[in-house]
Amino acid sequence: MILFGYKLPALSSLILWALLWEVVGRLELTFFVPPFSEVVTTLIALIPTPAFLSALGITAAAFGAGVFFAIVIGIPVGILMGKSRVLDELLLPWVNIFLSAPLTALVPVLMVLFGFGTRTVIITTTLFAIWIIILNARAGVKQINRSLVEMARSFGASPLDAFFKVYFWAALPEILGGVRIGVIRAVKGVIIGQLLISIVGFGALFELYSSKFLMAEFWAVLIVLFGLAFALSEFLAYLERKVSYYASSRG
Amino acid sequence: MSQIKPDARQAIPATDSAVSVRNVSKVYGDVQALKDLTLDFPRGELTSLLGPSGCGKTTLLKIIAGLLPATSGEVLINGRAVTGPGPDRSFVFQDFALMPWATVLRNVAFGLELRGVAKSEREAVAEKYIAAVGLAGFEQKYPHQLSGGMRQRVGLARALSVKAEVLLLDEPFSAVDEQTRRKFQEDMLELVQNEKKTFIFVTHSIEEAVYVSDQIAILLPRPSRVSEIIRPASFRDKGVANIRRDPEYLDIVDRIWASLRNYVE
Repeated sequence: MILFGYKLPALSSLILWALLWEVVGRLELTFFVPPFSEVVTTLIALIPTPAFLSALGITAAAFGAGVFFAIVIGIPVGILMGKSRVLDELLLPWVNIFLSAPLTALVPVLMVLFGFGTRTVIITTTLFAIWIIILNARAGVKQINRSLVEMARSFGASPLDAFFKVYFWAALPEILGGVRIGVIRAVKGVIIGQLLISIVGFGALFELYSSKFLMAEFWAVLIVLFGLAFALSEFLAYLERKVSYYASSRG
Repeated sequence: MSQIKPDARQAIPATDSAVSVRNVSKVYGDVQALKDLTLDFPRGELTSLLGPSGCGKTTLLKIIAGLLPATSGEVLINGRAVTGPGPDRSFVFQDFALMPWATVLRNVAFGLELRGVAKSEREAVAEKYIAAVGLAGFEQKYPHQLSGGMRQRVGLARALSVKAEVLLLDEPFSAVDEQTRRKFQEDMLELVQNEKKTFIFVTHSIEEAVYVSDQIAILLPRPSRVSEIIRPASFRDKGVANIRRDPEYLDIVDRIWASLRNYVE
């Protein structure tokens, strides 16, 4: 953004919003919005506390595991669906249904099935992330240049070699796009899972802060989560750009 | 990964054909792409498959490559029937079919990589052929950093580096510009001389076919068949610069055009 001839650094518009927040907070219109400076002070004080660190640790572990399963299961399933007509016919309706389904409604069922713990959170996270990863991997494989497939065959590639040396890489730009969206959805999944279970990780913290009207703490944790999710998404977008040069040169 | 049947057929007559196509038909649904096609490809020579679009020349090439099954009939390589792709044949693709995520070096060595050749060994072979097609110094570049003509040189080097006996080229120069194409055609003649391989070359350019071929098979559509086989006799040894004004070259180009013009929509 350029203002009065000066080039402003990225995200500098956030300063304006922070100022607005500060003003609204100072006006003491509602207890719900404490001044931004207070939130930041609380944030800095909050981060080293064991309660916050353990919540962060638990959440990161559940998130990591959920995303891991979504990727490790989602990518091969998507690639296989793209290559096999039968598998595609069998699975595609379910993938589409689950992609658009309100998965939040499933979490109580998962709690009954898998207990009120990390396991349910991990499964929720995976369920949020996996469908778009499958769909994108499938789309990526479907657009692979036919002569690249014939090239692999004509030089005698085994199915395994063709999968790992050609199909996966040829579909990589789409796969990474799916992983980025999947990861963003996984952030929702892990937080929604924890909120509904509300005795683990940030779910427990949110429950604690909101029940005791500790709004500064509430906002501080929220800002940390928003920041982490945004940073993660930007990192994946960066990876995606690194391979996008060949998305346009395929063909 | 040889997919060629081990039963050596002694009954095949001892002509010196590297590739023989015997009564091959190919039907797609209710479309007859090839009908009872028989054709021999002499060893060490370049044979062009020339014809209007829709005459099945690329289909025939892919059947020889083992990428498509024939509906009936068979293809013999050195007397053995083709059942799938094999190490005795390598393919050069019209759209190059390079892996955009891999360097020139890895692309050229990929055929050997799939055969399990050790990295240092296959890269040595690849470097040799990269130099042979005139791309020395570009080993670490990626396909998108090269021009179309250079990309096809990579495709050619990849096909050469697996040391297959038969080279199948599917309109290899149709996606490159005219000047690059002429240079390619000259290089092609040199390659046939030096490599002692059997080349099967699909093209829709009459001039190109006459310029590079030892034998030209004219394919006509509806139903697809070999209508004529032409073997230019006199101008091959006169040097690349003189071919295009040789009377025989001009006569053959005219003659082929006369027989093809009725099939051009």
